[in-house]
Amino acid sequence: MGQIQLKQVTKSFGDVQVIPPLDLTIQDGEFTVFVGPSGCGKSTLLRLIAGLEDISSGHIEIDGKDATDLVPAKRGLAMVFQSYALYPHMSVRKNIAFPLRMAKMDPAEIDRRVNAAAEVLNLAAYIDRRPGQLSGGQRQRVAIGRAIVREPSAFLFDEPLSNLDAALRVGMRMEISELHKKLKTTMVYVTHDQVEAMTMADKIVVLQAGVIEQVGSPLELYRRPRNTFVAGFIGSPKMNLISGEEAAKHDAATIGIRPEHIDVVESGGTWQGTVGVAEHLGSDTFFHIHNTGLTEMITVRAIGDINLTHGDTIHLNPRMNELHRFDAQGLRID
Amino acid sequence: MARSVTPRRKLINTTIAWAIGLLIFFPILWTILTSFKTEAQAIAAPPIFLGFEWTLENYRVVLERSDYARFLWNSIIIAGLSTLIGVAIAVPAAWSMAFVPSKRTKDILLWMLSTKMLPAVGVLYPIYLIFIELGLLDSRAGLVVVLMLINLPIIVWMLYTYFKEIPGEILEAARMDGATLPQELLYVLTPMAIPGIASTMLLNFILAWNEAFWTLNLTAVNAAPLTAFIASYSSPEGLFFAKLSAASTMAIAPILILGWFSQKQLVRGLTFGAVK
Repeated sequence: MGQIQLKQVTKSFGDVQVIPPLDLTIQDGEFTVFVGPSGCGKSTLLRLIAGLEDISSGHIEIDGKDATDLVPAKRGLAMVFQSYALYPHMSVRKNIAFPLRMAKMDPAEIDRRVNAAAEVLNLAAYIDRRPGQLSGGQRQRVAIGRAIVREPSAFLFDEPLSNLDAALRVGMRMEISELHKKLKTTMVYVTHDQVEAMTMADKIVVLQAGVIEQVGSPLELYRRPRNTFVAGFIGSPKMNLISGEEAAKHDAATIGIRPEHIDVVESGGTWQGTVGVAEHLGSDTFFHIHNTGLTEMITVRAIGDINLTHGDTIHLNPRMNELHRFDAQGLRID
Repeated sequence: MARSVTPRRKLINTTIAWAIGLLIFFPILWTILTSFKTEAQAIAAPPIFLGFEWTLENYRVVLERSDYARFLWNSIIIAGLSTLIGVAIAVPAAWSMAFVPSKRTKDILLWMLSTKMLPAVGVLYPIYLIFIELGLLDSRAGLVVVLMLINLPIIVWMLYTYFKEIPGEILEAARMDGATLPQELLYVLTPMAIPGIASTMLLNFILAWNEAFWTLNLTAVNAAPLTAFIASYSSPEGLFFAKLSAASTMAIAPILILGWFSQKQLVRGLTFGAVK
């Protein structure tokens, strides 16, 4: 079991309220990702769930029981930190065994669990090394191992991949996803990287300034962003947001169209502009287009094999059925 | 870009470093050399550097005249206990300042250090009067308290800088892993801070060992440490340079040897945080 419920939870540091009253339910076995720009309160929220910070008001329930005043260790949660937070003076084995030792578990059982975790995470070969002798990826695996052995009701991840290089990050992302499929344990994952959020999550919670902007599955968020913030935050490259005359034509204060929903045509498109930068990725080409008269810059995702460069005139056809409309408050109009 | 050092430059640098090192060490070297001279050779003009007849006479006289062991024992007790008690008080203080800082933590640290800027003689009278009142004059207990207190700001500062280097997340991880506060201190913080605690204790021991102002002013016979032992050989006539040097050599030898063997630890401790 691993259901986590936040009821009217707030957090203030001194006079500054970083989390206004917030309600959220994380279902048992769900992979939930908190995503948002830096300073949006996502890590604070995770630390409130972990018990590393005290909430200012409200309640936190874990598996239906009030955990608001429980110390971190009594909440049955395990956490993986951004800096891995391994004990540098202990071997990998001792690091992983530490929570079990603290729980005064039988040494034979500790051995069994540590070996099992090392097996799952491919750490057996390094089991007697110290963290200092391991690479970033291996360290992260040790941190995950330390979390797994406790058999917690939920895992909390605080930007666990941000210290890894790009290639390793993709690999570890898949490992964590596979681990979730295998263990079927609740996971709460904090990241500022919307690609991580989209690829890993069952449910994404988009946060801004401590406020939940939208909760939903990755595709829900992509297809039906509730407001302009979510629209701009989810999806890469970012959605083009256009206001003014063009938006008024569609009875909206702002319209949004994703770069992949604008077609490049030979001539006579609805819109036209000048190519500022053309990023040729091989599989795709991203055009950053100026002088459209719509907004400062429009981004378009086109096929890889296209021969337009800086300064060329480009003709564009937005797919009208993919247009998102927002009112003056930035809220979605259906 | 790394700076390239030519062999010539390296030679010059090494020579300069040695020259400065020798210059600083020279008074100690001179004291040691003088302790092996006769009184006449000790005050000879021009001074004799090495070409004298080496003698152990001064050491024999000094050992005969005074109870070196008693002074030594007092020094060990005073420096040792003031260090231990100081660290015992400073660890929790530095801990709370490093990991649960308040708005005024920085101010408190600075204020503590500022007490070290006060000339000791400024508080000699009040402390002397308090010592008389409490019957602590010429007692080891009194000196332990005074030396512990005057070095406490340095101990707290050093431990604070050490603890600051330990990432808070590691302690939070221990908390998540079910460690209680004592377990967190015992299994996680202390092993990680041992080098820092050790070099802090070492430095403090040396400072307390060498402290002369308070030890000379607050002791007479019973609690007198090696600093008083040295002082007892300086006379207004100034005729006993060789014996004074022998006494000094004997007084500084233990701490010099300790410092020599632990210099790596000391340098690491003092530059901790400055270089990684």
